[in-house]
Amino acid sequence: MKYYDKLIFELSKPGRAAFTLPDNGCPAAALPADLMRAEPAILPEVTEVDVARHYTALSQMNFGVDTGFYPLGSCTMKYNPKINEEIAAMPAFQGLHPLQPAETVQGALEVYYEMDKALATITGMKRFTLNPCAGAHGELTGLMVIRSYHLSRGDFARTKIIVPDSAHGTNPASAAVCGLEIVEVKSGANGLVDVESLKPLLGPDIAGIMMTNPNTLGLFEKDIREIAELVHGCGGLLYYDGANMNPLLGMVRPGDMGFDVMHINLHKTFSTPHGGGGPGSGPVGVCEKLVDFLPTPRVEKQADGKFTVVRSVAGAAGQVSAFMGNFGVILRAYAYILMLGKQGIKLAGKYATLAANYIKESLKDAYKLPIPSVCKHEFVYDGLIDDGSATGKPGATTLDVAKRLLDYGYHAPTIYFPLLFHQALMIEPTETESKETLDEFIEVMHKIAKEAAEDPDILHGAPHLAPISRPDETAAARNPILKFE
Amino acid sequence: MSKIAEGLLYSESHEWVKVEGNIAVIGVSDFAQAEMGDITYVDMPDEGDDVEKGEDFGALESVKASSELYSPVSGKVVEVNSELEDAPELINEDAYAAWIIKVEMSDAAELDELMDAKAYAQIAK
Repeated sequence: MKYYDKLIFELSKPGRAAFTLPDNGCPAAALPADLMRAEPAILPEVTEVDVARHYTALSQMNFGVDTGFYPLGSCTMKYNPKINEEIAAMPAFQGLHPLQPAETVQGALEVYYEMDKALATITGMKRFTLNPCAGAHGELTGLMVIRSYHLSRGDFARTKIIVPDSAHGTNPASAAVCGLEIVEVKSGANGLVDVESLKPLLGPDIAGIMMTNPNTLGLFEKDIREIAELVHGCGGLLYYDGANMNPLLGMVRPGDMGFDVMHINLHKTFSTPHGGGGPGSGPVGVCEKLVDFLPTPRVEKQADGKFTVVRSVAGAAGQVSAFMGNFGVILRAYAYILMLGKQGIKLAGKYATLAANYIKESLKDAYKLPIPSVCKHEFVYDGLIDDGSATGKPGATTLDVAKRLLDYGYHAPTIYFPLLFHQALMIEPTETESKETLDEFIEVMHKIAKEAAEDPDILHGAPHLAPISRPDETAAARNPILKFE
Repeated sequence: MSKIAEGLLYSESHEWVKVEGNIAVIGVSDFAQAEMGDITYVDMPDEGDDVEKGEDFGALESVKASSELYSPVSGKVVEVNSELEDAPELINEDAYAAWIIKVEMSDAAELDELMDAKAYAQIAK
């Protein structure tokens, strides 16, 4: 990797531009003084080739799933098939404007309609809205649906939502934004929601429970049927966080587990680009009794087979995004679903589960495995078995292992999450990777464990081969410098 | 091994309380700061805010995590440690000197539910 750290402003030279305009012979007309800037805008002055080389150099310093293995737990960083891009790049889709009349965008509306049906089939829900633009946005939308449902029945006392201690941080955050009070339920020693701890929390003030299944430890919540009965029994609803849906694809459906509302991350499970801040897409699905509360606009199919956009529905949760979500992302995910088909989708979940269990078992001789049972798509180690502290030097931590992985050309896994373990190192290989890639990764992880045991300082100083080693994150957070010069 | 100051009371969520008459001085334990790593921001309530035992009154942020602060007692915030706004690292340097808020207690009996240093040593490991 060639090191490059210039800012576009450092390339700037007065008067340089990527265009030349002929002299049109007209005298310059002065703008009214109140429309003029007090100071000139600070913009880089560069040629076209400066721009091309600058951004190409930056892109070459990037690491993505197209350049290597990306075992980031909790995030399903699967390969993004190029056919998704080909479909999304079709001029008939690319040239659309969201304000075009419905009769001129029938194809796009059909994609919305069919995607809704495909997701409903995969998840066992009745209907989806594709409008939310991210996972957490979907959570908020789903919670708004839950709240609208309770309020519509005159049930104003349901102000609390139960969230397991293993949940993604977005769950309590979304609930708080929705005006709900968060009640935490503890996990048992097996990493699953403890039914006995849940029981005393249930009552007429509970709006529902948010669950991720498999949970953030990669474990399937086996008691989900009983939990669903208990929560429904107290009048609450069940929310399914679909962040970890990947291993269940085609095998188990949240709707059949008893969930009433869910979101699913198209940028995780359905192979659309992920990372770098999006764009994402977090469609929300609901069971039959909640369909009326889904946000608008919605796409409906008329008796004559034409598609129409319904802008407003009484009692609905309202509009949650500009227009109808990130259409380009929805389109890519739809292409992925059609490409895999019913049989292929089933294999995706199975291979993801197999790959995770293969790594988990292969490395448990070198890394602590706090929960030894069969996992789903991901699993968590709790640091090194031999951290090298016997050498008299400070032991190597999970952070050090993650930094050392960079030297071997891998993206680091998720570390220090979930919070249930002190040295958490979370790995999710996805179905993307071949056995050869998994074996190479396992070999490198063993090598790192051996280095740690023999000389933990090798890890403390890592990465040794990256353009920069360890930036001072603390200083950056305490005294951020947010602008150039 | 983290330090546990004698003479303070502790909560299960790792806050300490120093009782000064009817005022509870509240901070986080050395164990908590060590678990958090370098603290980069302390989110604190305003003076005059009410706090309730067991409810969050702010949060600590570090490079590693963000963690809520739970009040070990109920009452009214009479003072916040404004030094922490610019120097959150004071908590890392000495967690027992860097108090976060002072609360005028509305029910001093709540103190009975807290742990002494010896009992806290059992959970802070």
